[in-house]
Amino acid sequence: MIARLTIAERQIGLWLAGLVTLAGAALGIAGRNDVLGYHGLLITIFGAVVVVALLRNIDAPEPDESRLSEYYDDPIRFGIVLTMAWAVFGMFIGVWVSALLAWPELTFDAAWASFGRLRPAHTTGVIFGFGGNALIATSLHVVQRTSLARLPDQVSPWFVLLGYNLFCLLAVSGYFLGITQSKEYAEPEWYADIWLVIVWVVYFVLYIRTLARRKEPHIYVANWYYMAFILVVAVLHIVNNLAVPISLSSAKAYSLFSGVQDAMTQWWYGHNAVAFFLTAGFLGMMYYYLPKRAERPIYSYRISIISFWGITFFYMWAGSHHLHYTALPHWVQTLGMTFSIMLLVPSWASAGNALLTLNGAWHKVRDDATLRFMMVAAVFYGLSTFEGSFLAIRAVNSLSHYTDWTVGHVHAGALGWVAMITFGALYTLTPAMWKRERMYSNTLVEVHFWCAVIGTLIYVFAMWNSGIIQGLMWRTYNESGTLTYSFIESLVAMHPYYIARTVGGLFFLTGAVVGTYNIIMTIRHEPSLARHPAGKLAADGPLVAGE
Amino acid sequence: MAVGERERDPVTGQYTTGHDWNGIKELDNRVPRPILFFLIATALFSIVYWVLMPAWPIGVTYTKGLLGIDQRQTVEKAVEEAAAARRAAWAEDIAKLDFAEIRERPELMQIVRESGSTLFGDNCAVCHGLDGSGNPGFPSLADHAWLWGGDPEIVAETLRIGINSTHPETRFAQMPAFGRDGILDRPSISSIVSFIRNNAEGIEDLGPLDTKGVEEGARLFAENCAACHGEDGRGDPAMGVPNLMDDSWLTGSDRESLIRTISEGRQGHMPHWEDRLSELDRKILTLYVTEIINGKPEAER
Ligand code: HEC
Ligand code: HEC
Repeated sequence: MIARLTIAERQIGLWLAGLVTLAGAALGIAGRNDVLGYHGLLITIFGAVVVVALLRNIDAPEPDESRLSEYYDDPIRFGIVLTMAWAVFGMFIGVWVSALLAWPELTFDAAWASFGRLRPAHTTGVIFGFGGNALIATSLHVVQRTSLARLPDQVSPWFVLLGYNLFCLLAVSGYFLGITQSKEYAEPEWYADIWLVIVWVVYFVLYIRTLARRKEPHIYVANWYYMAFILVVAVLHIVNNLAVPISLSSAKAYSLFSGVQDAMTQWWYGHNAVAFFLTAGFLGMMYYYLPKRAERPIYSYRISIISFWGITFFYMWAGSHHLHYTALPHWVQTLGMTFSIMLLVPSWASAGNALLTLNGAWHKVRDDATLRFMMVAAVFYGLSTFEGSFLAIRAVNSLSHYTDWTVGHVHAGALGWVAMITFGALYTLTPAMWKRERMYSNTLVEVHFWCAVIGTLIYVFAMWNSGIIQGLMWRTYNESGTLTYSFIESLVAMHPYYIARTVGGLFFLTGAVVGTYNIIMTIRHEPSLARHPAGKLAADGPLVAGE
Repeated sequence: MAVGERERDPVTGQYTTGHDWNGIKELDNRVPRPILFFLIATALFSIVYWVLMPAWPIGVTYTKGLLGIDQRQTVEKAVEEAAAARRAAWAEDIAKLDFAEIRERPELMQIVRESGSTLFGDNCAVCHGLDGSGNPGFPSLADHAWLWGGDPEIVAETLRIGINSTHPETRFAQMPAFGRDGILDRPSISSIVSFIRNNAEGIEDLGPLDTKGVEEGARLFAENCAACHGEDGRGDPAMGVPNLMDDSWLTGSDRESLIRTISEGRQGHMPHWEDRLSELDRKILTLYVTEIINGKPEAER
């Protein structure tokens, strides 16, 4: 892979990795009396590994000019592997942390294994590790294919991919060490946040530069969504993480916002992370891989336009529905609720557009588990957006808030929509990237599919039950005007559902492990076909299906 | 492609938009009417809602809405109503009457049963268990065996000041560490344990070790323990010293637990509740513990 970089690119890479190593060392020395020191060390090691890898290939000859007539897919391949590694890690921690709620002894008395540290390790592992790597890998694939253009250079995609994973490593290792700014889904501290800004700006510029080279005058819908994802996540991340470090030798920083403003900023961020990370990005993925796999045209270009602008516009306002019945002024809650309701229409329009695209391909959905993954994802997308708008209604929220219903809702979206569309996309992308005719085993894809569906259903039903019971128990008064149930009684009532949820999670994790095995075997074993035309830039005519 | 020759999708016969991205095309289907309908319907709903409820910021204030609803007032009203309910006749009665009088009033005892179970669940169950039957180190409140006595007045005082707590008037009770402090050696402690296990009620799993040194144990017990636990080992509620001859144990009646207690001593911590629960709540809890948790006849336990 490294020998495919030009000599100049290898030198630039060396400089960059060297700088990262030095910055890590500086941070480590400054923070030697603080947990920050460990992170300085981690960054130094990360940078040094890249330096060594580059140095070992520094004398390789200049690569062949013919590379310029092919897409640049090396970082995509690497990204696929990273995606699956994070999936297994993040979902394993998820199963563990869910088991912890049923069997609290499973922390083994270790501070790093306490619920408060495992939980963000799970969410970061799956959202940013698994989801983020999937988005980066697929976006680099989609933008090249739909623009019929090669990435403009070979350094920035690597910078984005590796830099992003360094961020994820800092985040997760930080939680185990007890480093957190305790903002949900934005836990990493200031130095990791600044690093992500740099990485993200490079990502954005890379994407724009590739689009600028496109051969097709129109920009495909998938790219609108990926662009919205990259742009808005940058804005959200920067604003929500504005903070002042207590010193440059400490990991701790304090937010610029306080009180209810802080809460509102956090949930403006939090909800739009759902919107632009977990929705827009994955809609981009769906808009490419679903029609590609089904070999059907998108049902309606016009629905695409309406939904895109509806989703991007309405979502921006919806965050305050996370703060119903709090110190947040009533009028902000009203806006959050009404915009959440309007949001349902473009969301369902997108889901409908995806399902109608399958018209004429339903026999494939029946036979091909990969396409079925994407079909089920679209259904869950529709279900969870309906549920989301419903839960945003204040009266409903007064029952559901702070209960497991929210957790069930999130996982209907995360397992049913985000993870399933990703697996569908990866099973389409992997054979194409390694020039295989198909996955190593279609049976294993089928096994993965059923594990994922069963796991999601068990999980979601368990949490619906437990959430609604919990909500009702918390608000039942007896005749003397006091609460009928103590909190601990509601915990006792949750116990069986927590066990069921762990079982559901175990199914889902098993599926991911099977999928990882299948992908590894596809990479390693299937004999390479003779050089496939698919790798070439095809100026006219479609590339081979499945690419 | 010239107009009129627009490409059609062979499956549906629908026109495409003419774009092609690496093989992906789009149909030129119109936006289905239901989508437009619901876009307008949800927008209208929102507008009506904005007119009725607090909604849009204007400068330093916001539109208040025609209904005049505001969550702050709603909460204040709910809190006021709840407070009024607590000022209800029953609350006054419980505050005013003494324990014996309350016991005679079934409607008040019904309230004690209902409110008490939530109060107990939220404040006491972590240590004493949901049904009050205790946990290792945390005494059962359901078994008629008391450290300090089961009269409501005594229990009420225990709740107020706690045991070995941070309250200035706290009840105080400490079991010395005979082994750790070198007062008794290991064989002596073992003999005392044999003595206790042979004489306490309800111990049926006597093993070979329990036959060793029973008499020696009796002698050592009279010397070292009787001052607090009494000649007959039946404890002293005035000092919070437990009865060692009944079948109620703080940690357990097995040899290991007893040896650990005698070697290392014990000092249980029961928090005080004077500044955490109102007098009314403590009174309800006292009755809940003495009458309901501990009130069941022997047969039902
Ligand atoms: C932090 C744990 C803890 C909590 C919470 C707690 N207790 Fe206790 N309680 C204890 C311990 C320990 C003792 C025994 C102290 C000793 O060993 O000397 C005790 C003793 C008592 C006693 C005296 C028992 C006797 O035999 O004389 C009563 C009565 C009591 N608790 C009631 C309550 C009530 C009612 C609540 C809730 C308001 C409560 N406790 C909450 C730990 C707790
Ligand atoms: C200074 C008074 C004092 C003396 C002397 C004393 N004890 Fe205790 N003992 C206590 C008190 C008080 C407790 C309850 C401690 C607590 O839980 O807070 C207790 C608890 C115990 C318990 C635990 C009871 C249970 O229910 O689990 C045992 C067993 C015991 N003592 C045995 C002995 C023996 C044997 C001796 C003599 C070697 C002895 N004690 C001497 C005061 C005393």
